[in-house]
Amino acid sequence: MAADNRQVDQPPSFWALLRTTAGRGPAPYVLILAYAAIVSALLLFNPTTGLGTDMVVVLFLLLMFVIYRAPTMLAFKLTLGTILLAVVMPVFGVLNPFYIDVVTKAGMFAALALGLNVVVGFAGLLDLGYVAFFAVGAYLWGIFSTPQISNIVPGMEPLHGSWFWLFLAIGLAVGAFFGVLLGLPVLRLRGDYLAIVTLGLGEVIRVLATNLDRPINITNGAQGIKDIGRPPLFVEPVFQALGINISRVQEYQLYFYFLVLLVLALTVFVVHRLNNSRIGRAWTAIREDETAAIAMGIPLVRMKLLAFAVGASFAGTMGVIFSALQTFINPPTFDLLRSIGILSMVILGGMGSIPGTMLGAVIVTLLDLQLLPRIASELAALQRRGVPIPSWFDPAQYQRLLFGLLLIIMMIFRPEGLLPEDRRRQELHHDEPEPAPEPKTAAQVSESAQSAEG
Amino acid sequence: MALLEAKHVTKQFGGLTAVNDVSLTIEAGSIVSVIGPNGAGKTTFFNVLTGIYKPTKGTIIFDGKDITGLRPDQITALGICRTFQNIRLFNAMTVLENVLVGMHTRLHAGLWQIILGTSAVRAEERAALERARELLRFVNLDHQRNQLARNLPYGDQRRLEIARALASSPKLILLDEPTAGMNPQETAEATDLIRRLRDELGITVVLIEHDMRVVMTISERITVLDYGTKIAEGLPEEIRSNPRVIEAYLGKGAAAHGVER
Ligand SMILES: Nc1ncnc2c1ncn2[C@@H]1O[C@H](COP(=O)(O)OP(=O)(O)OP(=O)(O)O)[C@@H](O)[C@H]1O
Ligand SMILES: [Mg+2]
Repeated sequence: MAADNRQVDQPPSFWALLRTTAGRGPAPYVLILAYAAIVSALLLFNPTTGLGTDMVVVLFLLLMFVIYRAPTMLAFKLTLGTILLAVVMPVFGVLNPFYIDVVTKAGMFAALALGLNVVVGFAGLLDLGYVAFFAVGAYLWGIFSTPQISNIVPGMEPLHGSWFWLFLAIGLAVGAFFGVLLGLPVLRLRGDYLAIVTLGLGEVIRVLATNLDRPINITNGAQGIKDIGRPPLFVEPVFQALGINISRVQEYQLYFYFLVLLVLALTVFVVHRLNNSRIGRAWTAIREDETAAIAMGIPLVRMKLLAFAVGASFAGTMGVIFSALQTFINPPTFDLLRSIGILSMVILGGMGSIPGTMLGAVIVTLLDLQLLPRIASELAALQRRGVPIPSWFDPAQYQRLLFGLLLIIMMIFRPEGLLPEDRRRQELHHDEPEPAPEPKTAAQVSESAQSAEG
Repeated sequence: MALLEAKHVTKQFGGLTAVNDVSLTIEAGSIVSVIGPNGAGKTTFFNVLTGIYKPTKGTIIFDGKDITGLRPDQITALGICRTFQNIRLFNAMTVLENVLVGMHTRLHAGLWQIILGTSAVRAEERAALERARELLRFVNLDHQRNQLARNLPYGDQRRLEIARALASSPKLILLDEPTAGMNPQETAEATDLIRRLRDELGITVVLIEHDMRVVMTISERITVLDYGTKIAEGLPEEIRSNPRVIEAYLGKGAAAHGVER
């Protein structure tokens, strides 16, 4: 074939060689297992808190995406992924409680970002008020599980923690309901107008949360709601039987870690199914060309509302989990910056792409909660030790700046996101019986690798 | 039997009357052309028929049903589909997906069925995929099915638009300048394809066309619009020699022919 001749003419680049050798036969299995073993060992045998461990945690989470992209059997991917997430991470979490909190938050934001991705990435509806649905879920459980509820329904006792599970479903439904409610007024709007109106609606919810302490105290206003109920632990006897002695705090950390992991997995599953269905295709069609989409028989109103509802429902459920995890919520948690943060995860990772959105969420959360504060504190430590960093420079104040710079650089050099939506690849996996259209040849790989280098 | 009857259809944009009291009857199984100088209101007439615009006045009867004022998706579901003058594909989707989107009204999987992945949904998807491939073979695009629509050559994009419209299993297809911008060979192929729509699939065809050779060879009847008004209607040879038509065209200058935007 012509492609093969070209390969001879043109010596393949380093990256092409690496890709072809690392992607063939048993090589990917060996490489990934080695990677997983090293990272796991580093985590389990050196569970200190510091910049080094930060990096290992980053490598650990990136490993998930390497496994996802690797040319290996599905069973291998699933087994390894499960071992890493369900065994290595929790054990590490017991040894070092700081990180499991961060990873749980990353999972939570990944699910939120996936929900927003349905609205923004799939259906192309720029929503700047997404955090409103998160707030609705959080306040829902916050009110019902605390004495707040007796202000609304006189005489009603706060619900016991075991109601939490039911409220995960109620949060889903209430989120979807608010998604439709806030979707209705913006149905006719496109682009910039839609963004501005959703921004306003998001602020409305936050302002309501701040001011609904009068005439009836529903949200407890700016003070927020504290002592929010938590679901009862049910694995304590198991730990005791195994002779493992961990504190209740740690048990809850593990509890929420697994819960978030479970909800995230369900979210991925649902979003993936929808994306590969007539509904997902209708959303993408609306995003691509609204007029053509209606002319092809897509009911615009119903499909847009469905996108809002589906996206908001995940946020509703995550809100319930968030309030139980934090046990305290107040209005500033749900401000515009949070909506924009979630949007930046979607854009950074790759709009419309499920793995991309999750990668974006992981990266932004790690930067936000772990890496940037760490860099700031390391710099501050250097400053105290007399390294000539001017004293007016307070690293903690500048971490947002660094984040902003990163976003700008990303958008200049990779505007489509880290793992962009790849419809062609998807389709190649779809039809097996036919001889699949040409896979990327080595020559093409080297071309793209070179253009990436150049 | 009349498949489509437009009665006294008028469409105004503010002070501008783009379509003025046009009545038109399309017989089932026919190939009909709508011609006229630039800005005559041809595309607007299509937009009214497909529900993109609501007519200011008049009624539209399709297949014995009053479809005036229905939503575009409802009209598509009833069996009218179209292509666009300036190609409007779903660019970031593959060729195959474009056709699958066209099938939307013929698929019935609901939200929960899709999430649960019921066997009915899977069977429906499989059948849809097969049908989409069939349609792509019909327009000779199957080998391109995994390409993104935006990467197709121009002529292929035009054919993909037709395949996408066919996916909704229409009784009537409206083609807005299907050969615009094509070279003579592509035009001949497109003409052939249009004829096959009727001969092999039994679909009634209405096309807007500027290329008079195409119009004269393919149409069984021709309707001429000028300034939104129907100025003539009849067999190709009648239209060719109709003085009002000649005046409408020559009055505008011959440059109006075939030159698109
Ligand atoms: N949405 C709209 N709003 C206002 N005016 C419009 C609109 N759509 C079309 N028009 C006007 O209506 C008239 C008819 O336009 P139309 O596009 O139907 O012409 P056409 O016959 O398809 O012309 P062409 O051969 O150039 O495609 C034009 O004067 C156009 O400017
Ligand atoms: Mg036109």
